[in-house]
Amino acid sequence: MPEMAGLDEGGPLFAQVAERLAGEIAAGGLAEGERVPSTNELAAFYRINPATAAKGINVLADEGLLEKHRGIGMFVATGARATLLARRRAEFTERYVQPLLTEATRLGIDPDELIALIRESSSERGGVAV
Amino acid sequence: MTPAISVTGLTRRYYDEVALDDVSLTVGAGTITGLLGRNGAGKTTLLRILAGQEFPSSGSVRVFGAAPAENEDVLRRLVLVREDQVYPDFKVCHALRAASFCYPNWDAGLASSLLKDYGVRPGKAIKGLSRGQRSALGITIGLAARAEVTLFDEPYAGLDAVARQVFYDRLLADFAAFPRTVLLSTHLIDEAAALFENVVVIDRGRVALDATADGLRGMATTVSGPVLAVDSFTAGRPVWERRGLGSQASVVMVGQVSGEDRERARSLGLDLTPLSLQQLVVRASARSAGSDSLTERTWV
Repeated sequence: MPEMAGLDEGGPLFAQVAERLAGEIAAGGLAEGERVPSTNELAAFYRINPATAAKGINVLADEGLLEKHRGIGMFVATGARATLLARRRAEFTERYVQPLLTEATRLGIDPDELIALIRESSSERGGVAV
Repeated sequence: MTPAISVTGLTRRYYDEVALDDVSLTVGAGTITGLLGRNGAGKTTLLRILAGQEFPSSGSVRVFGAAPAENEDVLRRLVLVREDQVYPDFKVCHALRAASFCYPNWDAGLASSLLKDYGVRPGKAIKGLSRGQRSALGITIGLAARAEVTLFDEPYAGLDAVARQVFYDRLLADFAAFPRTVLLSTHLIDEAAALFENVVVIDRGRVALDATADGLRGMATTVSGPVLAVDSFTAGRPVWERRGLGSQASVVMVGQVSGEDRERARSLGLDLTPLSLQQLVVRASARSAGSDSLTERTWV
């Protein structure tokens, strides 16, 4: 398996490309109004078929997160970051909290203990004390 | 999309042996298609017929809408790089010169930069090249020809993993700059999987699978965990294979996995692992032995 810059064979590659780009927009690495890499740039970076890369870009364009400026390329749409952050927030419970609870239950860690563990880790990381 | 290649009911017999059996497929212009299958499945025969180097026993083969055999108009727009390519008693530079006369889009700059990447000196006699260097020469000619239809038949005998990656990277880069129709036969599926927009699997002379690569990824999933949980999760769903070990089971389940499925798998303590393209192709080849049930019908 060649190195595909973080993509893997688990699921469609175009969806993974879309997910990566969305992640970068949400993290602020790609600012609103900034040009996103072209299909060919993405294809070369991830070592994937250009048509696959184009499909990934189109997923975000269809959701209104990217907009096409004719002849220049694709740009991050205004409001894209806010949309993505809201979406991630909504998914947070399902993606992170639920699995955490499942594993905690398996190990016999009760909710109070779990909260204490989260506080501990958070202060170790220099995070906000809760 | 206009098909660059269209094959209908193609059969090729050698005496009592059937190399290709009623093969029908189309290859869209401007796509990279993986031609996959086991050794002896019929991939080379198909490519040779497409390149006009062999004749069908029956059926129709069209490249740019015309039969390729002895058709100069088609053959000038097509290149076939074979695994066991034989060259006359030439130097490398002579082979490139000859290729530049054959292919109207020949790019001499690309050819010399590829040879440099592969460390092959133009002044060297082809006889004196190693197996890998001969493959590198074939790859160089195949890419620098920039032929509208580019056929690679296992082009990398003797090339190590690094040299193969050079091929994949240069193929993608040149394809992006000069789109063309590429058909690449390989058994190194895992390595080449990300290059393909479409895959065609040939098994015992028949088309076992013809689909988009990304459509196949995630179309089957291995469900593993405690036997009871696995059975309850996969009940009533199409299943390919079931294996057990003590209280643990592993089942390959066909079909997309929804968010709801994931949630349920998690609460049951099950692991879900999508099958890779390579695993799917292996299964398609294995299954077509008894039936041809694993065609598009099953997938869509």
